[in-house]
Amino acid sequence: MKTEKNRAEMIKEISGVNPLKCMKCGKCSASCPSYNEMDIKPHQFVSYVINEDIESLVNSKSLWKCLSCFACVERCPRDVKPGKLIDAARQIVVRERGNTYLDPDEIPELIDPDTPQQLLVSAFRRYRR
Amino acid sequence: MKYSYYPGCTLKNKAQDLDHYARISAEALGFELEEISEWQCCGGVYPLGTDEIATKLSSVRALNDAKEKGQDLVTLCSACHHVIKRVNDDMKNVDDIRTRANNYMALDEPYAGETKVLHYLEVLRDVIGFDELKKKVTNPLKGKKIGAYYGCLLLRPGKLMAFDDPENPKIMEDFIRALGAEPVIYPYRNECCGGYISLKEEDMSKEMCRKIEKSASGFGADMLITACPLCMYNLNKNNGDNLPVYYFTELLAEALGLKEEVEEQ
Repeated sequence: MKTEKNRAEMIKEISGVNPLKCMKCGKCSASCPSYNEMDIKPHQFVSYVINEDIESLVNSKSLWKCLSCFACVERCPRDVKPGKLIDAARQIVVRERGNTYLDPDEIPELIDPDTPQQLLVSAFRRYRR
Repeated sequence: MKYSYYPGCTLKNKAQDLDHYARISAEALGFELEEISEWQCCGGVYPLGTDEIATKLSSVRALNDAKEKGQDLVTLCSACHHVIKRVNDDMKNVDDIRTRANNYMALDEPYAGETKVLHYLEVLRDVIGFDELKKKVTNPLKGKKIGAYYGCLLLRPGKLMAFDDPENPKIMEDFIRALGAEPVIYPYRNECCGGYISLKEEDMSKEMCRKIEKSASGFGADMLITACPLCMYNLNKNNGDNLPVYYFTELLAEALGLKEEVEEQ
């Protein structure tokens, strides 16, 4: 079992982000199109990593609400890239065998005749390994 | 002028129009898209983890194929463009990724980001030129008020994509002007449509698309154009204001007087 300290280090390593650079301006949360759907807001991601509370982060709804639209990455004045942090937390979940947010058996019910391949490929890349 | 061309999975299937109209327009404008013979899917999303290698290899293969032919690489789908362009940047600037990818690929000559990646719109702007394009328009789209929908992937992160100003882009508006139509600038043109979230959280994407369409029609657009099959799907599926959405290449072919040609085929 990995400790919270290990997992916080893993997130920093996978994301390449230094959360200590954050100056809490809130621009990421102000820019985020998924803000209303997130239980942990983008500007709070960094605090969870700094405080080594990874359990809350990996169990948050936010993990699956990020769109990878890069609005927070583009607008962060400190180059902290909250979107990369949340992706690293998602990786910690999906890289573990059996952990996934999307099961192939769900697909028939989720698609329609117009569903582009791109949607399935992208969702599998983000939600599953 | 001949380019290596990476169509991507969706352009072979649900987004065939995006591809067809691009090819015939290219021919009319004097450049050729030579499809990479054994391209593989780019994966749709750029792998954000700095330790990811396997998920980047399909892009590296396409990039290296273009390099071996001495050609620039042209893309059309916003997602493919985003992924391939960012992987190319990794291969050029990130030692660890370059070393590990090359160790895996065992190419005759290591790949180090030599290929230039161009989106089709960049070819129109930077190689053909919008002034030249305008001269070749035989069927100007007069009276059409068109909202450019950029979405996320072509623009952000701005420093890496280097496509246009990520907050106040103008390439698609200049394109619309070259076709003889009137561009409509509206606030939500670079906001996200929801992307892959529409698979599992349909309502979130619906709300985002509704805002985009409301914004565009509120500023007077009668149609939207996009370069992305997923944006097209999300916007069409959630079309609150019945604002039609077209691939930019379809309007290009129409303005060049080529559209009937495709329909007859």
